[in-house]
Amino acid sequence: MSQAATAATPVPAAARSGGNLGDTIFEWACRGSGILVLALLGAIIVELFIAGLPAFRAFGLPFLWSTEWDPVQEVFGAGVSIYGTIVTAVLAILFAVPLAFGVAFYLTELAPAWLRGPVGTAIELLAAVPSIIYGMWGFFVIAPAFAAHLQPWIIDNFGALPLIGFLFQGAPFGTGIFTAAFILAIMILPFIAATMRDVFLQVPPVYKESSYGLGATTWEVMKGVVLPYTRVSVVGGIMLGLGRALGETMAVTFVIGNANRITTSLFGPGNTIASLVALEFGESETGSLKLASLLALGFILFVLSFIVLATSRYLLRSRLKA
Amino acid sequence: MSISLSAGAVPGPRKDPEVAAALGRRRKRVDIIIRSLCVGATLVGLAFLASILITLTYRGFEAMNLRVFTQVTAPPGSEGGLLNAIVGSLIQASLGTLIGTPIGMLVGTYLAEYARGSKFGDLVRFVSDILLSAPSILIGLFVYQILVLPFGGFSGWAGVVALAVIVIPVVVRTTEDMLTLIPNTLREAVIGLGSPKWKMIVFICWKSALSGIITGILLAIARVAGETAPLLFTSLGNNAWSIDLTKPMASLPITIYSMAGSPFEDWIALAWAGALLITLGVLSLNVLARTLLRGRK
Repeated sequence: MSQAATAATPVPAAARSGGNLGDTIFEWACRGSGILVLALLGAIIVELFIAGLPAFRAFGLPFLWSTEWDPVQEVFGAGVSIYGTIVTAVLAILFAVPLAFGVAFYLTELAPAWLRGPVGTAIELLAAVPSIIYGMWGFFVIAPAFAAHLQPWIIDNFGALPLIGFLFQGAPFGTGIFTAAFILAIMILPFIAATMRDVFLQVPPVYKESSYGLGATTWEVMKGVVLPYTRVSVVGGIMLGLGRALGETMAVTFVIGNANRITTSLFGPGNTIASLVALEFGESETGSLKLASLLALGFILFVLSFIVLATSRYLLRSRLKA
Repeated sequence: MSISLSAGAVPGPRKDPEVAAALGRRRKRVDIIIRSLCVGATLVGLAFLASILITLTYRGFEAMNLRVFTQVTAPPGSEGGLLNAIVGSLIQASLGTLIGTPIGMLVGTYLAEYARGSKFGDLVRFVSDILLSAPSILIGLFVYQILVLPFGGFSGWAGVVALAVIVIPVVVRTTEDMLTLIPNTLREAVIGLGSPKWKMIVFICWKSALSGIITGILLAIARVAGETAPLLFTSLGNNAWSIDLTKPMASLPITIYSMAGSPFEDWIALAWAGALLITLGVLSLNVLARTLLRGRK
């Protein structure tokens, strides 16, 4: 009986079993790749930690805030570069958020329909320009312009102010923390603007229309309806920008001035974790304490960006589900 | 006193046409100011892009000539080109994409077709998103640890692997997004015809999402073509002609980096030529990808 059945329908039976086998193989190929991605992130964390271990062992917890970086004495500390990383990233956010909000507001509410596509694409292209190009542009165009015009003006007008004046003193080199933050701001602008635009577009039109119906102006609708509705996601977008700014390497390396000291002036030189690693790596011998310190810095940077990016993703979860 | 107050034009809940008009004017003024600021912000953003493109065009074309494409990098003053860097970049970017794309597609497929709503799928999606935004310099350090140190030196392969790691999350994101757009009725129809699931995915889902997936691949190529930081510690750069993947290999971004930081006029000029090439390539890939996606919608 069963023999007759198999004989009568040999092809479907074969196809079915082949299908089952194919299904199993394909599903496991997919799942295996997923596991590979998990393993990849795990391996990055573990490898960086192991590689940085000699430095953590040698310097202990003070490695995090020690400002020493002396290759001759073999004494290394992460203080300056952690400070530089955080200050440049936070300053970049301060510069970028108002601009990004303006762009997103313009693209969702103000621009005529035919302009939205092209302008939106142009802003997004800012995100596609490679980091090294920003570095060259910043170094050869922005830094000289800042040194000649903007920084002398700011130093003259704000340098003498009480309380905040010290932020704007010193010589106008052009390069430095301020310029690095400025370039970073332009680089993260498209990420923040794109997130803001996307979440602004998710506000149900009925809410906005009822507000307009009450006689609200465009800005009042933005302030009273759109922003409260999208607040959490907007913060998520800002955190995404912060995460990007923390780890940016090449552009910062070009314009930050690369000095291992903490200056109170925003125009002073500094460094970030990423720029320090990029610059010093080539001069470190395999197995040296310096190399271990650089890899330990990499581990710290990873932890920093992981926290920021994970927060960003948590805040944006409602947008991701939609 | 109290009489004059109650009779006077004190702004309050009572309707007063003059006060109302003044308030209205003020609200409109604020609105107009903020609108103008937003237009201004957009113009500033566009001005940055314009400034970058104009600088690149101006200084890049100035330095552009046939030598750039026919000569390898040479010491300052001896009329070198960028041939080895261009070829090295092409090799590493395309091999990196070739390795990263299938993995990324499978992960994206897993997330969209097998793991919707599962905890493990959420975890994979989360990790992939972290990798997407994680600093690329760390991926370079990681590959240095696993491929450069144990295998005795910088190599083109290490660069390829670093770029592949960067490609994966980009492709995962677009593949999953595009697959979730496909209506479930289509899947049910295919399964209803007796097709195994893998055939449904490969021949129906992937095929329907093809232009979206290709968009993702193009964006991934554009992303890795300009990556500098991860290559610093992996393929290192090479001033001589070499297409041997077991040796250090030149790449356009690394060459630009070392030339732009040098004090030599002709090297800086070459760096601008390279910068123009890379930006043109990356931006046109981006525009192409967007056009593909728009054609789909």
